[in-house]
Amino acid sequence: MFESGSILSLAVGLVVSGDPELWSIIALSLRVSLTAVALACLIGLPLGAFLAVVKFPGRGGLVALLNAFMGLPPVVVGLFVYLALSRSGPLGVLGLLYTPTAMIIAQTILVTPLIAALARQSMADLHGEYDEFFRSLGLSTRQTIGALIWDGRYSLSTAALAGFGRAIAEVGAVIIVGGNIEHVTRVMTTAIALETSKGDLALAMALGLILIAIALLVNVAVLSLNRTAKRLAYA
Amino acid sequence: MKRLLTPLAALALVASAALPAQAEDPFIIVQSTTSTQNSGLLNYILPIFKKKSGIDVRVVAVGTGQAIKNAANGDGDVLLVHAKPAEEKFVADGQGVKRFDVMYNDFVIVGPKSDPAKVAGGKNAAAAFKAIADAKAPFASRGDDSGTHKAEKRHWKAAGVDIDKASGDWYRSTGSGMGATLNTAAGMNAYALTDRATWIAFKNKGELEIVVEGDPKLFNQYGVILVNPEKHKHVKVKEGQQFIDWLLSAEGQNAIRSFKVDGQQLFFPNAETAEKKKAG
Amino acid sequence: MLKPPELTGNGASLATSLFPLVISDLTFGSRERTLIDNLTMTLDGRGITAVMGANGAGKSLLLRLLHGLLTPTSGTINWNGQQLDDDIRARQAMVFQRPTMLRRSAADNLAFALQGLPRSKRKHRVEELITEAKLEHAALTPARLLSGGEQQRLAIARARASEPELLFLDEPAASLDPIATHAVEDFVRDIHHDGIKVILVTHDVGQAKRLADDVLFLHRGRVIEQAPAEEFFKRPTSAAARAYLDGQLAI
Repeated sequence: MFESGSILSLAVGLVVSGDPELWSIIALSLRVSLTAVALACLIGLPLGAFLAVVKFPGRGGLVALLNAFMGLPPVVVGLFVYLALSRSGPLGVLGLLYTPTAMIIAQTILVTPLIAALARQSMADLHGEYDEFFRSLGLSTRQTIGALIWDGRYSLSTAALAGFGRAIAEVGAVIIVGGNIEHVTRVMTTAIALETSKGDLALAMALGLILIAIALLVNVAVLSLNRTAKRLAYA
Repeated sequence: MKRLLTPLAALALVASAALPAQAEDPFIIVQSTTSTQNSGLLNYILPIFKKKSGIDVRVVAVGTGQAIKNAANGDGDVLLVHAKPAEEKFVADGQGVKRFDVMYNDFVIVGPKSDPAKVAGGKNAAAAFKAIADAKAPFASRGDDSGTHKAEKRHWKAAGVDIDKASGDWYRSTGSGMGATLNTAAGMNAYALTDRATWIAFKNKGELEIVVEGDPKLFNQYGVILVNPEKHKHVKVKEGQQFIDWLLSAEGQNAIRSFKVDGQQLFFPNAETAEKKKAG
Repeated sequence: MLKPPELTGNGASLATSLFPLVISDLTFGSRERTLIDNLTMTLDGRGITAVMGANGAGKSLLLRLLHGLLTPTSGTINWNGQQLDDDIRARQAMVFQRPTMLRRSAADNLAFALQGLPRSKRKHRVEELITEAKLEHAALTPARLLSGGEQQRLAIARARASEPELLFLDEPAASLDPIATHAVEDFVRDIHHDGIKVILVTHDVGQAKRLADDVLFLHRGRVIEQAPAEEFFKRPTSAAARAYLDGQLAI
């Protein structure tokens, strides 16, 4: 029924032709997801390290909550952010709904728990190894967290890339808070959803293949990063 | 950590730099339905409006039910949908300023060529729905409170079929947009109610074809409403009204009329234009 | 108990204000097991002290208690009349049996311990320490890729970086070959000559004989012998120490 050859050639043709429409969609996808991941790292890495290092009552519960939030459904996050940013919501005055900023906020919320939970795990392992040495040096909590994040940078990059993979591939949150507005908030996943609903499966698949190619690149990056880390005994 | 984040930030910067400069044009947000977007109508007429007015129209295309709710939350300046009773209630509730007819098209019943319910060629929607129910032939419904879904429910009622009982059996409620529902119907060779515009522009028809059309009850009217600035202060009254005025003007109506897919006109303008009033 | 000054090298003239160290009734353990049992002893600030004893005698635990990494169940540790605090710990340094190698180059491992120094001075100090540790060839090598002996020397140099008055070493040459062991011992001797008190845990009688000025012999969580090294190795007074030394020599 569908000729996979024609879908593939359409996908390749789309990329090669340098279709400005397509490239602006890809660029927006990258801008939104990379910004969201950068913000999520700024919050999630120190948070994960803090949870790994500092003992306080309720830490176990917080960690369990974080782990549960790793699998937060994007639609739920989207709905939550919509309710907050809607003109009728508490942050409505900011007028952020249906903007890339809203999408960045939603994806940041989506991937921060993932990055924090992965960071906590690898930071806890590293902290086990470094703890006595750091206490011997009399490091403060802040210095400890900073040193752990730096020394765990390779495994943390893997966490960041996992977050990026989740962000770039999700559609549920961005379609609700972005509205899939052409030239403004249309990203690859929402464009795929739109083309699918138009029954234009070939074009949807072509976009999907491009998305897969990006995901593949990310995984190659993770792999080579891990290989470098192993070579330097930094893993 | 800073050194770790620098490449990320740099990538984000590159990505944003790669974007075309963000349009600083004035813009409005229109809450509309999937049918106007999926058929390609808005992609056709909005550039014409933009050229004339300089106003960017940002369309959020969702089901009519959700579009009305979003507009009631103030998340839009203009509402362009097709469920007249719900639209009138929206205005009556004070959420909208005034409702205008813009255009119409019609609904059609599509179904598999094998036609298990033997309804092909009919002109009576209610009779066809009754026959589908009697044959327990698969039927794919939007199930999303959209304009099409509301229309569909009226036809089941007219046919005297209690659809809730059949749900999950031969009646499949997809809870999704028109296109997604048509994909489902094509996949399972089910009957479905769709607006003609989406159907014509739809590219994954599979074994489906139009089986019933032409019933006056399948008439599908679109209306446009400015969201009430008294309820929502931020509503861009000037630009929103400018868009509505243009849609209802001879120029806007002509733009709608001239939109064709495969040589077929998909929407039929029927606004009470100033010109028409004068002529009438 | 004090040794004659000539035995202790030039370290003797630099007795630090951390000493005397007075430990009274020190106990550490869980309800099920007492690991350090009412340990009482006094130690002065001169020379290299070897802590010896069989596995499980409590040697590493004692070091951790003295350095404040563990909190005693009961009893007191007094450094020249003062309880251990951050200030006193800052004047001590410790090298662990398996030294923690940060995931950075050898030079950066040293720089890490020099965070208190201004940047301009830090680089110079790192170079000094690299030279002292004889790691000039490996300054930029990731620390975790160094050999066991190089890692020990790096760890000791890093412990020196904070200019401690007292250095704890926990089996600094365990599982090193003779040449690497020799290099580590030379380094320890150099450090001691710079006036730093060294307390080292070791299983290696030869090493203790080569390095130590005095010996603490632990048995089941207590100090059962404390004597100048020469005396201890010639005439151990306790049965446990005799058995230990015999066993070691038999190997």
